[in-house]
Order: sequence, then C-alpha cells, then structure tokens
Amino acid sequence: MLKRVHFPSSPLPYLLVAPQIIITIIFFIWPASQAMYQSLLIEDAFGLSQEFVWFENFEYLVQDEQYLSAFWRTIFFSICVASLSMGFALLLAGFADRVVRGALAYRTMLIWPYAVAPVLAGALWMFMFNPTLGIFPYILEVIGYDWNHYLNGYQAMFLVILAAAWKQVAYNFLFYLAAMQSIPRSIVEAAAIDGAGPMRRFWTIIFPLLSPTTFFLLVVNAVYAFFDTFGIIHAVTQGGPANATTILVYKVYNDGFVGLDLGGSAAQSVILMVLVISMTVVQFRFIEKRVQY
Amino acid sequence: MVENRPLLNLVTHAILILGVAIVALPIWITFVAATHDEVRMMQGPIPVLPGSYFWENLKQTFWGSGLEGTQITPVWRMLLNSLVMALMIAGGKIAISLLSAFAIVYFKFPFRMVFFWMIFVTLMLPVEVRIIPTYEVVASLGMLNSYWGLTVPLIASATATFMFRQVFLTVSDEMLESARMDGATPMQFFWDILLPLSRTNIAALFVILFIYGWNQYLWPLLITTDGDMTTIVISIKQMLEAAEQSPQWNIIMMTALLAMLPPIFVVITMQKLFVQGLTETDK
Repeated sequence: MLKRVHFPSSPLPYLLVAPQIIITIIFFIWPASQAMYQSLLIEDAFGLSQEFVWFENFEYLVQDEQYLSAFWRTIFFSICVASLSMGFALLLAGFADRVVRGALAYRTMLIWPYAVAPVLAGALWMFMFNPTLGIFPYILEVIGYDWNHYLNGYQAMFLVILAAAWKQVAYNFLFYLAAMQSIPRSIVEAAAIDGAGPMRRFWTIIFPLLSPTTFFLLVVNAVYAFFDTFGIIHAVTQGGPANATTILVYKVYNDGFVGLDLGGSAAQSVILMVLVISMTVVQFRFIEKRVQY
Repeated sequence: MVENRPLLNLVTHAILILGVAIVALPIWITFVAATHDEVRMMQGPIPVLPGSYFWENLKQTFWGSGLEGTQITPVWRMLLNSLVMALMIAGGKIAISLLSAFAIVYFKFPFRMVFFWMIFVTLMLPVEVRIIPTYEVVASLGMLNSYWGLTVPLIASATATFMFRQVFLTVSDEMLESARMDGATPMQFFWDILLPLSRTNIAALFVILFIYGWNQYLWPLLITTDGDMTTIVISIKQMLEAAEQSPQWNIIMMTALLAMLPPIFVVITMQKLFVQGLTETDK
C-alpha cells in the first residue's frame, strides 16, 4: 500500500488529495446521504411540508406492483443482454482465436461499437426497426409477421435488448479473446495429439479455463444493463408501451424528475445503491481469487 | 493453429466475416441513410445502398440548425460542447487521480486510509443512484448549464486512482532514494520521474475516459436546459422526438454519424492504448 521509502510528513499530501476528496464529498457522499435521508421522508405534493416516516417509502415500494414488476423486468433484461452479447462474443472470439493471420484485423472490426454511446445504439436499432421505414419490419412483413414496437411491449423489450447487447459485444469479445490467447498452447496441443477435435477441446479445456473471465464479464454486463442502458430506454421507448420496458434506473429518473415523488424516488435510489455495492463487492472478491488461477 | 483443417478454416473465416457484418450493419444503415435526400427517406423500405446527397446533408447538418422547423442548436456547437466536456472529464479525472495516488503511495500522513476509502466509495455511487440530490447540489452551486456543472461532478475517479496507485507501486524504491539524495522535492520527483514513467498509462486511460466523457447521457440531460450547452449525444434524443412529427431521417442519421465518429476514430487509431486502458482500468 505505502512505499517503504516515502516522504516525511508535511501538509503537502493533504493538498494533493484535496481536489479528489472535495469533489467526492460534495458530489458523491453528500448527495448519497441526502438520498438516504430523503428516502425516510414523505413530501406533500406542493413541496411545502415534509414528514419523517421511517421506512414507509420502502414498505410502499415492496408492495407496489409496478415497482416489483420493474424489478423483475430489470433482472430479465440484464440476463438477456448479458447472455446474448456474451454468447455472441464468445462465439466470435473462439473462431478469432483460431485465425493465425488477420486476427488483429478482425479485432479492429469488432471492437469499435464500444465507442458508440448507448443512446446512439438505441437510435440506430430503432431506425432499422421503424415500423413504416425500417428494413427489419419490411422483411418480417414478407413472412407475415407484424412489427410495431410502439404498440407491442414484447417487441419493444426485444428491441432494447438487441440494441444494448449489440453495443456490449465489443467489450466481451475483447476480454474473451485476450483470455483465450493467454491459455498456454501446449495444453491445447496436448489435447489435439490425444485426438480431441476442435469442439471437444473448446468445451473441455478452453471454456472451463475461461470461467474466471466469464464470471467477471457477467458482473460487468449486469452493471452495464442495470445502469448504462438508461440512454437506450429513454430515447427508444421511454419505458413504454405501458411500462413494458421500464427498468429500475428509468423508474428512478421518471418518478423523481417527471413524477416529482422525491421520497419514493430516493427510496428506489437507496435500493439501487445496495445493488451496486453488492455487485462491486462480488467483483472485488473475485479479482482477489483470480490470482490463484 | 493446432491442426490443419481447410474446411474448418473456411468456416472460421465465414463466421467471422458474418459476425463483422452483423456488428457493422447498424453503422452501414446509418451511413446510407445519411446519403439520401429527405423524400427518399420517407418511403419504406429504406435504401441499403448509398445515395448522392452526402455532402449536402453534411452541410445542412453541420452549419444549419439540423432539423428544419425546430429550435435545435447548430451541430458544430454541440460537437464543440461534447469535445470540451470529454476533454475536461478525461483531463480532470487523470489530474486529480494522479495527485491523490501520489499522496497515498508516497506519503505517510494521518487519515491516509480514510481518504483512500472515501475515494473507493465513489465506485459504488454512480450518478444513476443519486440523481436528484446531486442535481440539487449542482443547482444550488449555480453550476447548471455550464461546462463546470457538466464535468466537475463526474471527475472523481476511484478506478483511475487505483490504476495510478498500482503503477506507482511498481516504481522501484531506489528511484525515490536517489532523487532524495540529489535533493529533489516531492513535487520535483512527481514531475520529473513519476509522470514520465506513467506516460503510457496516462495515454491509455485518456482514450477510455475520452470515450466515457463523450458518451455521457443522463448527466448532461439533467444539467443542460439551455440549447447552447446541449451535447451532440443528447441532441439525438431531441431529434428522435421531433421525428415523430416530421421525419427527416437523413439529417438525424447524419447527426448520429457525426456523434459517433470522434470516439470511433479514437478507438481505431489508438487501438493498442485502448485495449491496454480497458484491461487495466477494470482490474
């Protein structure tokens, strides 16, 4: 943690950490504690009076069917985004790992969607699925399927999952490819000499050795789906139709900024905080363990 | 390659090319849409081959006010806002993280670990979980609709601090011993030895943070109500809303293209640094 050789004590280190600490206190710790405090209050509709109500906001949320369905919807959304984009990335990385020449060229062509903002990813897919203009609805119409994500909640959900997963493929691909390339060739070659074909080698050697990476990516993708996809939902569906794509982050924003239910929104924030903290703890514990592997 | 299987090699390349095509499809469609005129973009299905209106659309989007009949700020202004925001966020995060990592690694002082944990906590408090109180703080400081309000609340960074801490810990102790013997002050040591040694780490982190800053969505959405401060990424949402009445997809997609290009350009031209930054910051 600390260097064996270090500078003598002086006021200097306080000045050095001051910018970071001041920003942390003003914009992170203070607002977070405010959110916690507000989550225990109920404010009347005109913002004139506040009442301290202990955990009433939370009790209300736990019984609120809309909140509960948003919670499960978020879980479903995250699982779909993570499995779709990790599965696709794993497939591509598995094949890219086989390529001797040109692996870098493929990497270049596969990683740049990382740079696309989630909201833009949403806009692009929304355009391709535009019910009157888009190419996919046109193709679907030929086979007799009616597409309109403005009206059909399942289709809207499918669309935001697709957009969110597309953007994340690049990240997952990069980590899977790096992990595969760090597997010693001798292991794979030994299996090949013993007569294991490419598929067998993948499932019995490579895939198990990737499990730390898979686990790490699961946590990262879950955090991404929980928080960073706000832009996609906000731009493409606004949580609709009929709340079919309202995920937790969108609900916090919508209840707080649009609905002005400060106490309820703050209570939702606190629940989200607990979720982030648990995900971060899981991630860190895993990184400590990874050293053994 | 372990064994030579011509058929499998063929399949490998076929699947990879298909994968690249799937990944690139949305961008291709965007590009094509940006090369047609308004009339063509109102008939479905949309074209899959480029048209001849690229420069015209570019001119109208870049210098004009984008969509006709809307009060949207000129696109060059929004690109400028995005650039300033991305640079301030990336530069700010790197600067304050370098300083605090330096303090934590090279000084022994009371409350050192308290500070370390305070920085660590920011990792667990993304903007999304403290939207309203943070907005209130910024509003009460009078920082709404300013570059400061857009950037300063985002520049505390646990990941960057941890990364620099890791880098500094690998610098050998003899460096400091000899520097002190030569009479270097702490800040001289920082400028002349630590900074040059962490040059590539700074560059790699800069690439990642530039993309992070450029792609910010929720925060600018809350902080900017004045059109002059809107970022290009936010403007897409406004245009999509306007598109429900008057669809001008050629202009919207041209704007989307302009909004994507700078970060994509950074990723492709600085690929090595990008990969390094991505794997380092997530450790």
